[in-house]
Amino acid sequence: MEKINVSMKVNGKEENLTVEPRTLLVHALREHLEYTGAHIGCSSSHCGACTIDMNGKSVKSCTVFTPQAEGADILTVEGIGSPDKLHALQEMFKEHHGLQCGYCTPGMIMRSYRFLQENPDPTEDEVRFGISGNLCRCTGYQNIVKSIMAAASKIRDEEKVNKKEIA
Amino acid sequence: MDDVKTPSSEERKSALSGLGTSRKRVEDARFTQGKGNYVDDIKLKGMLFGDFVRSPLAHARVKNIDTSAALALPGVHAVLTADDLRPLGLHWMPTLAGDKQMVLADGKVLFQGQEVAFVVGDDRYAVADGVSMVKVEYDELPVVTDPFKAELKDAPILREDIADQKEGAHGARRHPNHIFTWEAGEKEETNKVIDEAEVVADEMVYYHRTHPCPLETCGCVASMDKVNGKLTVWGTFQAPHAVRTVASLISNIPEHNIRIISPDIGGGFGNKVGVYPGYICSIVASIVTGVPIKWVEDRMDNLMATAFARDYWMRGKISATKDGKITGLWCHTTADHGAFDACADPTKFPAGFMNICTGSYDIPVAYLAVDGVYTNKAPGGVAYRCSFRVTEASYFIERMIEVLALKLGIDSAELRSKNFIKKEQFPYTSALGWEYDSGDYHRAWDKALEAVNYRQLREDQKKQLQLFKDGKSRKLMGIGLSHFTEIVGAGPVKNCDILGLGMFDACEIRIHPTGSAIARLGTISQGQGHATTFAQILASEIGIPASDITLEEGDTDTAPYGLGTYGSRSTPVAGAATAMAGRKIRAKAQMIAAYLLEVHDDDVEWDVDRFSVKGAPEKFKTMKEIAFASYNQAIPGVEPGLEAVSYYDPPNMTYPNGAYVVVMEIDVDTGVSDIKKVYALDDCGTRINPMIIEGQVHGGLTEALAISMGQEIAYDEQGNVMTGTLMDFFIPTAWETPTYETDYTVTPSPHHPIGAKGVGESPNVGGVSAFSNAVHDAFKPFGLTQAHMPHDHWRVWKIAKDLGLHN
Repeated sequence: MEKINVSMKVNGKEENLTVEPRTLLVHALREHLEYTGAHIGCSSSHCGACTIDMNGKSVKSCTVFTPQAEGADILTVEGIGSPDKLHALQEMFKEHHGLQCGYCTPGMIMRSYRFLQENPDPTEDEVRFGISGNLCRCTGYQNIVKSIMAAASKIRDEEKVNKKEIA
Repeated sequence: MDDVKTPSSEERKSALSGLGTSRKRVEDARFTQGKGNYVDDIKLKGMLFGDFVRSPLAHARVKNIDTSAALALPGVHAVLTADDLRPLGLHWMPTLAGDKQMVLADGKVLFQGQEVAFVVGDDRYAVADGVSMVKVEYDELPVVTDPFKAELKDAPILREDIADQKEGAHGARRHPNHIFTWEAGEKEETNKVIDEAEVVADEMVYYHRTHPCPLETCGCVASMDKVNGKLTVWGTFQAPHAVRTVASLISNIPEHNIRIISPDIGGGFGNKVGVYPGYICSIVASIVTGVPIKWVEDRMDNLMATAFARDYWMRGKISATKDGKITGLWCHTTADHGAFDACADPTKFPAGFMNICTGSYDIPVAYLAVDGVYTNKAPGGVAYRCSFRVTEASYFIERMIEVLALKLGIDSAELRSKNFIKKEQFPYTSALGWEYDSGDYHRAWDKALEAVNYRQLREDQKKQLQLFKDGKSRKLMGIGLSHFTEIVGAGPVKNCDILGLGMFDACEIRIHPTGSAIARLGTISQGQGHATTFAQILASEIGIPASDITLEEGDTDTAPYGLGTYGSRSTPVAGAATAMAGRKIRAKAQMIAAYLLEVHDDDVEWDVDRFSVKGAPEKFKTMKEIAFASYNQAIPGVEPGLEAVSYYDPPNMTYPNGAYVVVMEIDVDTGVSDIKKVYALDDCGTRINPMIIEGQVHGGLTEALAISMGQEIAYDEQGNVMTGTLMDFFIPTAWETPTYETDYTVTPSPHHPIGAKGVGESPNVGGVSAFSNAVHDAFKPFGLTQAHMPHDHWRVWKIAKDLGLHN
């Protein structure tokens, strides 16, 4: 099959790929660009293990063709924090035992990352509804919800401090 | 003397993060940053991909396989069929249950989704093209999906390869579709007691076919290095050493030339114990092509073909006196094994530990028979988040207790309490032959009933029922109780083996000169957090902080031999090995400390992280000092270095137990159930990490919720799988999952070095009964005795309809 060029920005870096047009975005990210954080659990948009952020929206990258991401701004779990400065969600998932096997975790964190921007001060029920496109087989979600609530609170506190500093 | 205060032993103890602390997990840094290393993350130079052509039919002869169009595609390198594997003797493979299974269809197919041909290509897209171009001609054969029709006289013979064999791996076979009969207990005595009993409840309890469905499917990367003659396979293996031995036995590659590596595993739940055709085909393809081969099944492959769980039809009779003292239990189970007997049970237990079906009760006499049969369904029968067939057993007895309570007209909580094995009866030998190690069932039960305010719940239920009867509400309230006793930690080598390999486990420890350590085990975590918890066991045993101990598992070239992680065996067996290896380290450290302190070995004593001179605690040597001395000094009569290995053969199984209560409200007109309360009290003996225990309980309860309330692998009469995607196969989301209350009692195991029993599977074992009993309880006033799981909305709606509750 004839290949085509696709350009996109991933975790702040410009990337150019040559792929078959049918290449799924999750494969482009994992196999061509070696961002293996996004996982494949169902290939049918049900499990959410492949969730990434694309142009400011949560997207299940197993059901997006790579050419559909032409010019897109993509963020994966590898791009939201660094070993020296973890994102609040990464810290809180560890703090509150929000993961076990870790397979759903990158997708769960990326969905939560976007959800908390949509709703910075959610109720527990809103969190549960907000992540209901992401399946976890290990935790029963209770500690995931706890982790997200704690991260939301931490992010709000950090923003308050930032605002004060700016003022 | 400086005036720096010496830390107290309590302070030093707390610095270790040892047993009983909710230590944060060391695994999480990589998983939260997308740096896990799962099998599909592995990328080797020159690696090709493989995938299967699968059968669309449940039973058919394979007339012809035409691979030419597939091979003509530029990206396709090879297509393997049974004919290619036959010269190697690999077209069939042994199963863990003493049967054999086709690796690729050998003349016929026996279930939908069966592996027919293996296509190897440049990438998964090229392989998918190849798979679509392989032309297979089939001749359809009549299909058997009902296990009760498998042994009819004119039933189609499924396994023609063994049709004439009157003896199977587990004794006599009475029909070509019959696999085994397995019995335990006293048949005649039980029949007599039941015949003469004052009260008998008789019921068919069905535990439906479901699937472990870990979020990561099964897969591997096989790499045959022809230069060095070494085969390396990375894969989703819950038992890497057993896989190595099996791979060597069936391939004739010497075992020392095979290296099996389990990288990070995205959940197992019993799905990743067995050996599957994908592993064999990847290995052969790597040998044929000379390059590494990756095979990762997709979700539909996984649900259709890889290791289902349950499918037990359990007919039971339970007898009692009029005042509710149980006198006997009888059970006959028809076990639907699918097309091959590929259960992952210890060899001598073809029905697993189904003979734990007397549960938590003091039942004087019992009899169990299990008949396994072949049907045109996928093979499996694995222990999905339970020890071997233990959820089946527990569900059976907990339903029988409810049915008996109904018959006796007494509250089932009271019936349980009346018949529990009493604390003073432990160790207790059950009528079906197990020796329960320890328990305090009454204490747990009373604590649970009090915690949920059981009496008040029953009052609330009465009120709700009255509202319903008065036409003021369309909802019913159900209270589901369960008390379970698990049997885990397989197991003693005298009666537990898989393919002749004794089910011990091992731990090897090396203390480094600067006083930190590495420990390696024969198990492999799939999310349980071994690297966190086993380091805690060691920290308490050898006085080195858990954070200074690296834990490694899953590489057969470096880890000591062990039988892997499933059936809650890691803590009972490998956890014990870890403690015992730690004690060997400590014994040697004692000699070194005594030498350094210039006293006799017997004159020093252990104190958290050091040996001190008896009666003179200010004279001591810390483990850190001892470790350095072991590398640095010539100590008479003591070898240099500080290392130990322990192979632990458990003297008995462990018996975790617990008391669960579920409260739900059911809408009679829609069949929708609203879970109001889930309370889970677990007694897993000594608690290593309460945070991780709680997490395990939450997860197991959610799997129990799924199984009891909707999850199933369903077939139509032609053997088509009706639930092959996550659209149809129920996995609860955060939205549907309730919040759980957890609680505990601690009754240590008397034979385990630290008293731990294992917990990962308890919530599934206890949970399924509690959820199902709640549904039954809601409809009890209208005469419901038994309704088959899963209790999805439609089935619950149907119960209400059949009971005449719809207008």
